[in-house]
Amino acid sequence: MATLIIPTPLRKFTDGKSVFEASASTVKGLLEALSTSHEGIQKHLFDDAGELRSFIRVYVGDEDINELEGAETKIEDRDEVSIIPAIAGGSK
Amino acid sequence: MSHQFLPLEIHTSAMNDMKSHGEDAFPNECCGFFYGEEKNGVRVVLFAKRIENVKEGDQRRRFEISGKDYMKAERFATKEGLTLLGIYHSHPLHPAIPSEHDLAVAMPWFSYVIVSVENAGVDHVRSWQLSTERQFKEEIIK
Repeated sequence: MATLIIPTPLRKFTDGKSVFEASASTVKGLLEALSTSHEGIQKHLFDDAGELRSFIRVYVGDEDINELEGAETKIEDRDEVSIIPAIAGGSK
Repeated sequence: MSHQFLPLEIHTSAMNDMKSHGEDAFPNECCGFFYGEEKNGVRVVLFAKRIENVKEGDQRRRFEISGKDYMKAERFATKEGLTLLGIYHSHPLHPAIPSEHDLAVAMPWFSYVIVSVENAGVDHVRSWQLSTERQFKEEIIK
């Protein structure tokens, strides 16, 4: 089972739980398993086309999946995957 | 219901830290996290932590926190038994009202504290949270 770390602002969709575990072979599979089991979280992760939202980053261990194979990045049991909201902004 | 958010109680030291960070970084934008707990119907901010603004280019109108710093913040909260309640940043020479850029990447549930800094120092502080309609609504700071 891979472990998915849920960021604090999305824990309202996971009954306050910070960790989700599921068997999946890719990052996308793991995120889809989360979306299936926790209603309401999907729209914060994926856009209407089923792509990861631009302000959601995902790390496998300490590596950004954008530096790997994106949502298709393969994962193994005991991998720790983190959902990281992009934190940015500015006055204008 | 006119307001679905808990009021925000920011401890004086945390408020002072956010304000002084805004002044220290001026004319650039500063940013950081704050931690605390939700207790008895109040969201209590116990302390704030400065984070490096990693935005490339002009930082007078933009800020960005790295993914690694975000992960560290979550781990820190877990280790300390606290809750990562939100993010603060400054608006140099601009009111503490969220911009389109702030809105574009905002997450639900987090409190977004904005410190408005003028040449003479901090002018005002306001806090915002995303509504279910993905619009910012102001939070009450107690």
